[in-house]
This record gives sequence, structure tokens and C-alpha cells, in this order.
Amino acid sequence: MTPLLSVRNLRVAFPTRSGLFEAVRGVSFELGRERLGVVGESGSGKTMTGRAILGLVRPPGRVDADRMALSGESILNLPERRMRRLRGARISMVMQDPKFSLNPVMTVGRQIVEGYRLHTGVSRAQARDKALEMLAAVQIRDPERVFHAYPHEVSGGMGQRIMIAMMLAPDPEILIADEPTSALDVSVRNEVLRILDRLVRERGMGLIFISHDLNLVAQFCDRVLIMYAGRVVEELPARDLHAARHPYTQGLLNSLPRLDRPVERLAVLQRQAGWRDAPPEGAA
Amino acid sequence: MLTVEDLDVWFGHPPERVDAVKSASFAVRPGESFGLVGESGSGKSTILRAIAGLVDSWSGRIEVAGEAVAGRRRSRGFHKTVQMVFQDPYASLHPRHSVDRVLSETLRLQGMDRIDARIARLLDQVGLGQGFRFRYPHQLSGGQRQRVAIARALAAEPRLLLLDEPTSALDVSVQAEILNLLADIRAERRLSYVLVSHDLAVVAHMCDRLAVMRAGRIVEEMDAASLRAGAAQGDYARALIAASAGYVRES
Repeated sequence: MTPLLSVRNLRVAFPTRSGLFEAVRGVSFELGRERLGVVGESGSGKTMTGRAILGLVRPPGRVDADRMALSGESILNLPERRMRRLRGARISMVMQDPKFSLNPVMTVGRQIVEGYRLHTGVSRAQARDKALEMLAAVQIRDPERVFHAYPHEVSGGMGQRIMIAMMLAPDPEILIADEPTSALDVSVRNEVLRILDRLVRERGMGLIFISHDLNLVAQFCDRVLIMYAGRVVEELPARDLHAARHPYTQGLLNSLPRLDRPVERLAVLQRQAGWRDAPPEGAA
Repeated sequence: MLTVEDLDVWFGHPPERVDAVKSASFAVRPGESFGLVGESGSGKSTILRAIAGLVDSWSGRIEVAGEAVAGRRRSRGFHKTVQMVFQDPYASLHPRHSVDRVLSETLRLQGMDRIDARIARLLDQVGLGQGFRFRYPHQLSGGQRQRVAIARALAAEPRLLLLDEPTSALDVSVQAEILNLLADIRAERRLSYVLVSHDLAVVAHMCDRLAVMRAGRIVEEMDAASLRAGAAQGDYARALIAASAGYVRES
């Protein structure tokens, strides 16, 4: 079976005054109808991997890969015009903070309608029905009111649900969620995750869940890639995260304070030069 | 060390007045580490800002080391006793001041002598070392900046540190280093801490006791052991602890 997304040896590089900076250095993975977590610290290349898939790396940044295919069809360095037809319609993205992703001077409803019509070409009335249906699908109690609200009139958790509604309206095959709950309080976070979980499952989408939160990813995803310095250093089933073999993954887990496991002192990660280039653990 | 009684903090005037903190009371003993937890907007940071003299409109009683404070004015002695560390190390350091200038200005303001030797000692103590002395914030990582902010707070040789989400902007591996540093400093200098955080595990690790806030009110006070055991008295605190434990998948 052809995977939804196949990425082989992805590289993203930016020229700087002090030479080429390689943000992503040879990342390979396949995505099926599953929840794939991508975990790493800031600068590990996890966000850049997501942006490269969506064709959102701006020049002078350069994207290279042996293969980057959506359902078997290459999407590597497509001309912007063709990428626009894919983006939103077939691959969509939810970012960290709805405050910066929603247009502040346009009502929520108009934004969803506009995006949906762009990808489907349906009538305004049909798009409006779809928008209300999607707002209801993300558990917004009064879709009619929220439809007419401006982004500043809704809370962060509601804003994130609106983003999910907007991104899932055209029924994409793949959703890339980049820290979708990091700006939210824990109670709201779990609610948003539940909605995301349900929608992804019901629609049989592939989800790439980018996060710095290992434990959350272990709880939410099926499979996890751990990134370090632009590479995948370990790949494993989410439920086995706590049996991780790579010292970096272990180090990250141990450095987290935990409610259920009091320690006198937190373990400090001892970074090793070899992690940058050693082959990944657990790779197929 | 610190007594807060019946603290109200509000912003704006009626009808737009927002009551950010409503009759909050708690006390921190000398050498104790006290946590304030709650979701965004619960008023936890506002309490710290009221203590530090960063908000105008508050009523109630705030007493530090036996001395009551009023309004926004704080005495010289107050700043020798109390210092604050902020959440965002990218915003709390002047971008055009070197580490040396940040620390020497603070030391001079506090009327300290032997500035050179003190800077060297502070940098050693926060694990940076002298090599960082003439660097600028843009030449430092987030964790290194937070170390500078901690050194600046320690320059006054305070007895109480107000820590407002000191590791929330940092990666977990860096968070561990900063939390260890804060724990070491507290043990060495016998400091008292008030730590504001949304992360219950961080508070359980760092604090002896804590207060749970919701919508401006302290709804519950408990010790770290009860927090770890999930033994909250009230529904809200119990729900908050449960939610923090993470996401449970529907099968």
C-alpha cells in the first residue's frame, strides 16, 4: 500500500554569513493513517520538517530530498501555484498560537468560508453550512454566535478549535499540527486533543503531531520520531517511549520533574558530540 | 518571611474594572519555598507583581520580613530583601547591555563594594563563569540568559526570591539545569522562594507548600506530598491535578 506521505532523506539548509546552516539533515519517514509524533527541543528541526512538507520554507532556505511524495506523487519543490492547490486541500497545518494564525479583522465565519470556497469552489451558502457544521464538530456550543465573532472575542482554546475546524473543513488527507496545544491551559488542552483525536480517527487522516512534550506525545500518538540536531535519532511506538534506547531520549525523559516520581535532584542531559551523526535507533 | 492578607488587586475603573486577585491570604516562612499554581488568568503572577510593587491598585496587607509595604513605592531595604526573576529571559535583559553592565549597575544601585570580585563570584555561582562577563544577551542561549537574570537577582543578596514561571520558556533539559541551580542557591543561601508556575510537577519538585488559584482566588492550600498523592480537598484542585497528568486516549 502506498503511504499517505513518504519522505526520504529530507534536508533543509539556510545560507548564513558563517556558512550553510543545516536545519534538517536527512530525515526519512513514512506516514499512514496514524498519529505520528515528532518530538525534539528547540532547534531540533521538527518545525522545519513540517514546513518543508508544506512547501513553506522561504528562500534563501533550500529544501532537498531523495523523495517527498503525497500518495505516491512527488511534492518536492513544486511551483508555488501547484503547491497552493495542495496546501489546505490535501495537507493542512495547525500552528501553536491561534492569535497569530487567525486574521484579526475578519470574522471567524468569513475566514472559514473563504478558505473552504478557495479549495472546493462551492457556493457561499454551502460553504456557510459547512463552516457551521465544522464549528459544531469541534464542540463549539453556539456555532452561529462564534461564526459572527472576531478572533479577539474568543478564548485561546476556542481559537485553537476554530483553527482545527478551518483546517479540517476541506477534508485533507494529512494534518500537520505544530505544538497545537502548547499555548493552552491543561484542561483546555485535553479537550482540544480529544476533538483532534476524534476527527482524525473518524476521517482516517494521517496526523503529524509536532511537540516538545514527550509525555503528551506518548499518550496521544501511535508512533514517535525523536529529533536531535536536524536528524531523527530514534523511532519507536509511542507506548514504548519509556523504554527508549537512545541516550538523548532517555536524557530528556529523565530531566522532566514528575508528580509520581519525586527525585532529590533532576538529571541533567549530558549531550554527546556523537548524537549529531550516529545512525538512528530503532529505524527500520 | 512574607505575609499576604486579604489581598485584592484590580485593573481599570468600573464598569470595566477587572478583579485580578480577590482576598488572597498566605504566608511564607523563612527558608520555605512556596508555590502558586493555577491556569492562565488565575491571578498568580499578579500576586507576585503586587508584592514587588509593580501594580498600582491593590488593597490588603503585604508584609515582608516584618515590614508592611504600601502602594507601589518600595524602600531600598525592600529591594535588598526581595528580588524577582521573570518568565521570559529574552525580554528581561536589556539587549544592549553586556552581562558585566547588567550586574555592575545592580551592584552599584545596591551600594555594594568590591564590584569586580562580586561579579566574578555571581557568575561562578550561577554556573556561567567569567568567560560570559562581557557578552551581550544575543550571544547567550535562553538558559544562559536566565542564569544572568538569576545572578542579577542574587546581586542584592536578597532573602526572598519571587520566581515567575522561571523555566516556562526553556527546553526541558535546560529547565532541569535551572531548577537544580535554584535549588542549590536556596540551600546555600537559606533563601525563601515564591514560585509561580502552571506546571504542577515543577512546583511539587521545588516547593514545600503551595496554593491553588482560580479566577483570582486561592481555592486551596496544600503541601507538596498531597499534591503528588492527588489528595486535594476541593473539586477544582482535584480536576487540575487530573488534567495535568495528561491525555487519556479514547479507545
